[in-house]
Amino acid sequence: MSDTKTKKKRKEKPPIEEPLLAPGHRACSGCGESLGAKLVMDAAGPNTYATCCTGCLEVFSTPYPESAWKMPWIHSLFENSSAVAAGIEAALIAQGRDKDVNIIAMGGDGGTADIGIGCLSGMLERGHNILYVCFDNEAYMNTGVQRSGLTPFDARTSTSPPGKRSWGNKTTKKNLPGIAGAHGIPYVATATVGYPNDLINKVKKALKIQGPKYMQVHVPCPLGWIHPTDQTIEIAKLAVLTGLIPIYEMEYGEVTRVRKIGKNRRPVEDYLKPQGRFRHLFAKGAEAEEELEKIRQIAEDNIKKFGLA
Amino acid sequence: MARPRPAGYVAEPGSSKANKTGSWRTEKPVFLHDTCTDCRICVLVCPDGIIFGADSIYDADFDFCKGCGICAAECPVDDIEMAPEVR
Repeated sequence: MSDTKTKKKRKEKPPIEEPLLAPGHRACSGCGESLGAKLVMDAAGPNTYATCCTGCLEVFSTPYPESAWKMPWIHSLFENSSAVAAGIEAALIAQGRDKDVNIIAMGGDGGTADIGIGCLSGMLERGHNILYVCFDNEAYMNTGVQRSGLTPFDARTSTSPPGKRSWGNKTTKKNLPGIAGAHGIPYVATATVGYPNDLINKVKKALKIQGPKYMQVHVPCPLGWIHPTDQTIEIAKLAVLTGLIPIYEMEYGEVTRVRKIGKNRRPVEDYLKPQGRFRHLFAKGAEAEEELEKIRQIAEDNIKKFGLA
Repeated sequence: MARPRPAGYVAEPGSSKANKTGSWRTEKPVFLHDTCTDCRICVLVCPDGIIFGADSIYDADFDFCKGCGICAAECPVDDIEMAPEVR
């Protein structure tokens, strides 16, 4: 084994540098969001100003008096990460320092889809040169797994508990990339930590485009989704392969590229079964089967809508 | 002129390294250095970014490794194993 290894002459790889999201932060073991933030920041590079919504990402990365970020980073309120980023952009332009710098506004799904959607819409409408990254872990994980606008159908959260009269969250995921795309902005993309290279390429591509950009990164949460910590990447991949999380790019409101599933398509049960938040769907009985059928229909609709097959 | 003090607080960049999260670990990754193909997927997928090394010899920084096991689960040649942490 080792002989073949030495025979093959490989291109020398650059030395590994410490990520721009330094270790020592308080993210849970196996956190998808910290992985997503690390990948986004390393793709953007050190010439970046970052703003952040309240949420897991803010709380775990900056416990008083420390900060895990190795670039200028600011947190103000829950809803205004995009508005603060817009202010930073205006200040940099006024000072003539807006060349070769990236401005990234970050938020969780709650801070983006529910609380901060007004500020986000304003930022997209005014045409600031900012990349907004939404880390979508499908609930308010920081405060104890309450449902958000991006919580998927039938998921258990602490405010949508399944029981005799409920199958969990009653609503489907809000189509936030669609809402962002409807602003007619130059670039909208969805990505997942399950495909890290795709995520890195999309961040690099987005930062080269002038104008407002929106990215939604699907990040598993072992705590809220109730799955083993080492399955973070696997579950993120399964979400894509079942058709529940379509990966695509939009330019000026039109879908331009999609990640095809094709023959690799998996049944939705493969994604739902390892997660504790969907455990109630695997109870015996016709009703549970009915609920599963509804989720299969969501996947089917996605595949039809984006042409993933 | 003294710079105005910002409202809120300002922290040193990367100062979270004062907090050694390695104590959270119940399992630790063991890098076997046997079948490694130098693909660096473990480096890419580590949520804390604490896998270092070069030329097929990689190891985690156990001051910070939380023992999540993503590196072992994602290693395409199974060159990383999880073992119980013994202190």
